This record gives sequence, structure tokens and C-alpha cells, in this order.
Amino acid sequence: MYTEKVMELFMNPKNAGRMEDPDGVGEVGNPRCGDIMKIYIKVKDDRIADISFETFGCASAIASSSMVTEMVKGLTLDEALAISNKDVVNALGGLPPQKVHCSLLAEEGIQAAIEDYRAKQKAKSGAAAPKS
Amino acid sequence: MTERQVYMDHSATTAVDRGVLEAMLPFFSEEYGNPNSLHAWGRRARKAVNEAREKVAALIGADASEVIFTGGGSEADNLAIKGSTSMRKDKGRHVITTAIEHHAVMDAFGWLDKQGFDVTVLPVDDKALVSVTELEKAIRPDTILFSMMFANNEVGTIQPVAEAAKICRDRGILFHVDGVQAAGHVPFNVQDLGVDMLTMSAHKMYGPKGVGGLYLRKGVRVEPIVHGGGQERGLRSGTENTAGIVGFGAAAELAVRRLADGSIDEEARLRDLLIKRVTSSIEEAFLTGHPTQRLPFLASFCIGSLEGESMLLRLDAAGIGASSGSACTSGSLEPSHVLLAMGLAHEVAHGSLRFSLGKDTTEEDIVYVAENLERIVADLRALSPLWKTRG
Repeated sequence: MYTEKVMELFMNPKNAGRMEDPDGVGEVGNPRCGDIMKIYIKVKDDRIADISFETFGCASAIASSSMVTEMVKGLTLDEALAISNKDVVNALGGLPPQKVHCSLLAEEGIQAAIEDYRAKQKAKSGAAAPKS
Repeated sequence: MTERQVYMDHSATTAVDRGVLEAMLPFFSEEYGNPNSLHAWGRRARKAVNEAREKVAALIGADASEVIFTGGGSEADNLAIKGSTSMRKDKGRHVITTAIEHHAVMDAFGWLDKQGFDVTVLPVDDKALVSVTELEKAIRPDTILFSMMFANNEVGTIQPVAEAAKICRDRGILFHVDGVQAAGHVPFNVQDLGVDMLTMSAHKMYGPKGVGGLYLRKGVRVEPIVHGGGQERGLRSGTENTAGIVGFGAAAELAVRRLADGSIDEEARLRDLLIKRVTSSIEEAFLTGHPTQRLPFLASFCIGSLEGESMLLRLDAAGIGASSGSACTSGSLEPSHVLLAMGLAHEVAHGSLRFSLGKDTTEEDIVYVAENLERIVADLRALSPLWKTRG
């Protein structure tokens, strides 16, 4: 039912685990549906310098998390935002139809992490502005 | 590839026992006669079918004339439910079942609902037990059928069948029991229980797939759902699956021996070993279903902060076959209706795991499964955002 790539990443996920002091965190999904994806990013010069994930979910959710983190690492934030769930599915060599929502979580997780980062930056500069 | 293979999904199906297979083999190419033929070939096949019927009847304490062979458990459930209500629909249009039935029963009731029957679904408690008080409350003057499983296939809870049978008998309602998981594994006698119809399946007791049986108490009338040559007293037309039926008979014989020689107690001991080990060594792992009133071969759990399919596939990679009632294993987005009916939250039900032991399961197998599960749970929890937020 799963491609070799999905199984490989499910058995040995890349960029797995919690990150200390991330610049941005995105959490999507909900436990009721059986999927939660949490993406941590470190940003340097507007690029994703480091990334990791924690995922509660099935094999395809874990493999999608691993794949998307590999895909966006080193990209600029705008480039990372352009990665779609279809790109993730293709990179995995396909997902069963009922599992495609897992790849959507991966896309949304990256977006949420970048949004969180940008919101924090804005808050920082906003707070800093009156002083300067 | 792993060297060790441990199959712990006997609720799904069992291997055909060697002796059962040997009993079946002659009926493919040597004794291939049609049991309905008058010649010697036919007579030998008929004799084999009759003997098998005696053996299956003996397993449940029935008379051979009360056993109808079908093409499996699902067909027997459908025959019982559709066939009996079709016969009695002039007496009433109200039927009752429970919230934890197998789809073969649940969906047959769904079909009755579409035909204009009024369906009441009884709830269960947190241990998946049906309350006979609820049954009594649900019965109306126009109730014609109650169907309840003997033991649940996901969490193993054994239902109060005799008590329900008494109520049904007192109120003049037909009582069907889906005994697919229990037959051959839990000792019972249909006469003592007082049930009207009971479904069995050969492949859950070391017999072949594609053969089932319906016990129909003498005097209980059902309309056939398969029409044709009038086999099986006209209740299930179609040339008998002789080899399969012979296999069912041999499997029933094996089951009678296992119920008598202490095999079942040994299975229950191993089950308890697994339950004890998993619930004590894994944090936030708890048993689902009834702690004592349960199938001797079934251990079912919910593992906190994890999702079932991921555990299953990691177990599979370690050579272990198990199952889960999580959404991701069902192909829908909802976890098992059984776990939800027991009042488990969605996020808890997603983490369900079922291990069902078999006659060849050893204590080493139990230890192997427990050790691997402990490792897998730790590995996957290291990935789970739910787990970290607790710690």
C-alpha cells in the first residue's frame, strides 16, 4: 500500500525530534483526526537554516513530515512557502488516496512555522521601533 | 528481513490445522462427487457432509439437523437477520442490535432500516458490555428480533448471552447470536444458552476460509437469501463446498478437544502474561474491554499519544502481525465504532492495538512481542508532539 520511499522515511525519519530555541513553530492537525504535525525552524538570512518535526500520526504522516523537512531545508522562506502538498506526494512516489491529507498537513505545517517566525519578527521590530 | 515471525492476528484468521487440511484433501480430486447425486460418488460426498454436520453440531451442543452450512460467517449473519425478519415482518417491524457488532450484522441491520424496519441500537459500557436492562427497556410489542455478538472481535468482551436469551424467550422475540469469535474458543451449549440462531465461521478455528454455519433451533423459520437447487433444507442453495465443509467438521472436532484438554486455559495464561507485561512496562498503556469476561486468546490495548497504524507497521517490520482499530487502518477517518461506543475519545481510540493469540503461540512469542512493542512505543513517542508536551 505504501511506496518504498514512504516506508524508508517512516522507518528512519530524517530531522525528527524537538528543537531547542526555534525561531518559528507551526502546529497543525488535531488529535481527534489522528494527526498532529509540529514543525520547528531556525532561520538565518531569510533561509531555513535548520528544521525538525514531531508528528503524531500514521506512517504516511511521519513520512510526509520527514520528506517536507528535507525539501525545504536551505530554501528561502518564500521558496519554502511555494512547496505544495503535491510536491510532497510526488517526492514520496505517491500516497494512497485516503492518505493524501497527510501531505496537506506537511504543507500547512511549513506555512504555520514560517508565519509564526514572521509574526515573531514583526513583534520584535514593532516592539523595538519606538525605542530607536 | 527479520528472522522471527510472530503471527498474533488470529481474530482475523487462523492457519488451517495440518490435520484439518489432511481431512480436506481427498475431497478435491478423489472424492469429488456432488453430495446431491444418487450414485456412489455422490453418496460418499453426502456421507462426508453429514459427518461434518454432526461434528459442528457437537461443538455447540446442537442436533445435526439444526446446522446450516453457508459460505462464511457474514453470509450466516445475513441469512439469520434478513431471513428471520422476512419471515416475521407481519408480526412487527422493530428490531434490536448493539453498537459493537461486526459489519456483517451492523450493515444487515442498516439494510433492514432501509426496508422500513425500525432499528434500535443498544449502547455498551466502557468495557464493551451490553446491559440486559437496556435490552428489556428497548423491547416493544412489535419487536421481532434481537441480534448480539457472543464476544467482541476487537476488545474480546464476552456478552451476557444466557441472560439476554431468557429475556427474548420470555418476550417471544427471536434471538440471533454472532458467535464467530467465540465458537471453538469459549465452551457453550446452545440448548443451555437458549438462543435461536448462532453464527459460526470455520476459519476462526483453524478451518478453511469461505465456510460458515448457522445454528437454527428446531422450529425457527427463515426465508433463504440464496435460491436455487434447494440444498441445506432449501435455506442455502448451491452445491455444497464439500472439502470446505469437511474441513469445518475437522476444525470443530479439534476445537472440542482443545476446549477439553486445557489448551484454552494455557492460551488465557499467555494472554494474561502479555496484558500484564504491556500494561506494567509501557506508560499510559491500558487494556480495552472487560478484564476477566473476555476471549481467552485476545489482548487489546490503547497506547497513549500514539497512532495505531504506525505501531502496526513498525511491529510488522519486526516480524509481528497484529491489528488496530485506528482510523488509518480502516480506510476512513473515524476510529473503530466499537472503541467509540465504549466512550473512548477519538485520540485514545486512534492508539488501539489488538494481539490475538493462537494454538501455537509460545511464551517466547509473548516476550518477543512485548520487548518489541516497548522499543517501538519508545521510538514513536520520541516523535510524538503529544508525548513530549506531557513530560
